[in-house]
Amino acid sequence: MQVPIEYYLILSAFMFSVGVAGVLIRRNAIIILMSIELMLNSANLALITFSSFMGNSIGQIFAFFVMTVAAAEAAIGLAIVIAIFRNKLTVNIDQINLFKW
Amino acid sequence: MNLELILFLILTLVAAFSSVMVITRKNPILSAVYLILNFFALAGIYLLLNAQFLSVVQVIVYAGAIMILFLFVIMLINTENEASILADKKPIKVFAIFIAVLVFAQIAYLIFYSNPAELSNGTIENLIKAGQIESIGRELYTTYILPFLIAGYLLLVATIGAIILAKKKFE
Amino acid sequence: MIDYIYLTILFPLAGFLINGLFGSKIKNEKIIGIIGSSAVGLSFLFTILSFIQLLNLPIDERTRVVELFTWLNVAGLNIKFAYLVDQLSIVMSLIVTGVGFLIHVYSIGYMHGDKGFWRFFAYLNLFIFAMMNLILGDNFLVLFLGWEGVGLCSYLLIGFYYDRKFEKGTVPEAAKKAFIVNRIGDFGFLLGMFLIYQTFDSLNFLEVFSKAEYFPISETTFSFIALFLFIGATGKSAQIPLYVWLPDAMAGPTPVSALIHAATMVTAGVYMVARASIIFASAPAIMTLVAVIGLLTAFFAATIGLVQTDIKKVLAYSTVSQLGYMFLAAGVGAFGAAIFHVMTHAFFKALLFLGAGSVIHAMHEQQDIRNYGNLKKYMPVTYLTFIIAAFAIAGVPGLSGFFSKDEILWYSYSKGNLTFWIIGALTAVITAFYMFRLVSLTFFGKERFGKDVHPHESPKVMTIPLIVLAFLSIVGGYVGIPEIFSGEGGNALKNWFKPIFAPAEAKLRTFGSHSHFEELLLMGISVAAALSAIYFAYVVYTRKKEIADKTASSVKGLYNTLLNKYYVDEIYESSVIKPILIISEKVLWKVTDNKLIDGIVNGSAKLIYYISIIIRKMQTGVAQFYALIMMIGISVALFWLILTL
Repeated sequence: MQVPIEYYLILSAFMFSVGVAGVLIRRNAIIILMSIELMLNSANLALITFSSFMGNSIGQIFAFFVMTVAAAEAAIGLAIVIAIFRNKLTVNIDQINLFKW
Repeated sequence: MNLELILFLILTLVAAFSSVMVITRKNPILSAVYLILNFFALAGIYLLLNAQFLSVVQVIVYAGAIMILFLFVIMLINTENEASILADKKPIKVFAIFIAVLVFAQIAYLIFYSNPAELSNGTIENLIKAGQIESIGRELYTTYILPFLIAGYLLLVATIGAIILAKKKFE
Repeated sequence: MIDYIYLTILFPLAGFLINGLFGSKIKNEKIIGIIGSSAVGLSFLFTILSFIQLLNLPIDERTRVVELFTWLNVAGLNIKFAYLVDQLSIVMSLIVTGVGFLIHVYSIGYMHGDKGFWRFFAYLNLFIFAMMNLILGDNFLVLFLGWEGVGLCSYLLIGFYYDRKFEKGTVPEAAKKAFIVNRIGDFGFLLGMFLIYQTFDSLNFLEVFSKAEYFPISETTFSFIALFLFIGATGKSAQIPLYVWLPDAMAGPTPVSALIHAATMVTAGVYMVARASIIFASAPAIMTLVAVIGLLTAFFAATIGLVQTDIKKVLAYSTVSQLGYMFLAAGVGAFGAAIFHVMTHAFFKALLFLGAGSVIHAMHEQQDIRNYGNLKKYMPVTYLTFIIAAFAIAGVPGLSGFFSKDEILWYSYSKGNLTFWIIGALTAVITAFYMFRLVSLTFFGKERFGKDVHPHESPKVMTIPLIVLAFLSIVGGYVGIPEIFSGEGGNALKNWFKPIFAPAEAKLRTFGSHSHFEELLLMGISVAAALSAIYFAYVVYTRKKEIADKTASSVKGLYNTLLNKYYVDEIYESSVIKPILIISEKVLWKVTDNKLIDGIVNGSAKLIYYISIIIRKMQTGVAQFYALIMMIGISVALFWLILTL
């Protein structure tokens, strides 16, 4: 292991922050979903890093579960996007304000 | 400068660059393509971390399945490109970026300050063994059999849910 | 048998459950009546067996506790659901189940054809169940359970004809009146119970009473306990000032009046005072109060009874008056005499009420005695039994009432004073007079009812209980023959109760002795006066009705006062009920409720509404904005994490 653990973790933190920024600033619902995938991947990276450096496979198993959840989330999220698009003819979340009072 | 570090730096640059591109492209298809690139770079980093199994799964599941799903949906609903990311509500968006940067700075500070290197106590054999498909499979089918089954159930539910949500008419 | 005493309580409960749950399905009156009566009959049988067993035990072993289960066990308060079988409770049980059984049988005939037949028997059985709990309870809480239970049954049965009118109001109003007035008394009883628990740290009879006997406890404490308990007793036993509910309780069916409002439930107060005799004996001031209240109630109720025209009303006031006698006896310390009178009174007053029911039944629900007359021709059995009861209550020598009433009068003199005796004897005279006014107007004289009314004797199922009760009214007194006739220690009942009341009597320590001559003299005077009152009433109301009318018109003011029951109801109405209503409406409703409470409630809602108008602007409905807020929160949390590193 020539590369220090901090490097991996910094990459993970960076990707997470980029994902956060994407969720916060983009209006296209599909890109927001992609940003969420970015955040999940950064979490996976952190989990696998720790798993590798600690020499047991639990972190990797967790990453595996995260992938499962991510797949489910992507499927459902995209289905919702399709359903909304069918009703509103847009995926711009500024125009999808169902929460508004 | 050895090979591992060089490889790591290249992959990290690719991952970081592609992740920024994902959130800055106006065209969703470009975003998706950059995201695929990002996933491939991550798969490479997983290999560096001796996680061969997850590296393969990353390529198959993420790049192969999920991203294809994204692309399909983008093509299905044919969205127009966003004019400009910071077009309206500029102060809030700038503030959001500031918050994201702040969070990154905080996490980075925590990473360096808490000295995670002292966690690395595994021997070389252990490190290699941990990422092998055999040990992961054994753990999954013994200790984690119940979460594993639940995960399968979750996927089933998600499949049914996706079908019902995306169907044209509710009955 | 004593160990199975709980069976006497379970049978009526079973009867209640069967009739109450399935009565409307059974429909057959005979089956319902047999279930109801046999439940009480079996209960009576077990009581007799227990009584015989108790009789065969040595005197100092005649107190038995039958534990069923632990009822409450909370922080030092341990209440067992247990029954106490001793000389006092077994006698009361005999009266309740015995008289209760006869009245159940009678009711089969009386309630024949009523649409609520099954309901009636269910309630009656429930009443017996509650009453037996009251009597046999081994601690104040079980007694209170029965106490409230009989109150409930009384309410249900007074309101039995819930769709009928009663006097100026309706039947449910009369029922509510009884319930609410009883609540006032119960409140006092509860306070007394709390105070007992605070003082003695227990509610168990045997424990409390032995502590009351030997522990140094101040007289003030005893006085308060006794006062509160007595307030409870005045409610349940219809004494001044809470007697007003009993006359209205006559809205119920007549067997109910006989069972609950004459023979059993109303004597619960006397029983409770006798049970707690040691506490009362430790509070001499309250004892005097009990005696005075009893005496006043006896006298005033008797005078009201003089002019009432409703047959059941006369009997109701007579009951109040006789209850007053019992409290007089208890108040002067003659607890045994009080229970003795409870017993004889149960016999003859139940008989009077049942006889009245028989008459009312024959006269098609006509209750005004001015519309009766010469019924002896049509209803010989009712006439005979009724007159026996009337003689008994009037105190004619040889009948049960004589023995018990005379004993009370004697003790009111020997343990009290001459004033007690004079008023008591006067009351006895008035009692004799109004009872024979009732008898004369009902059974003698001219027929004053319409041609279309054809009185007839009641069926056997009603007359047989009458005969049995008449027999008991005659012989019931011979268990307590005064010692001047039977010699020293010849009073069987007194000896029987001795172990129960000995501690209380020892504490009272009445000094002075009275000669046999005094006793005979006083007895002679009261008997002679009563007999002449009987004769006078008979003459006036059968032959010379004009005397009565003339007297009434010459003292019109007094007459009207009596007819209107001293305007007590009106006084209560204007002094208690009206103010409460006015305060409730003007202050509690319009100010406290509408302005204060509603103001607080509506004001807080309005405050939140105005705050919300400002705050809801935060709710943009844009999910990204919420996510931003969340990230700010995460950032703050991270700051905290950094700071605590």
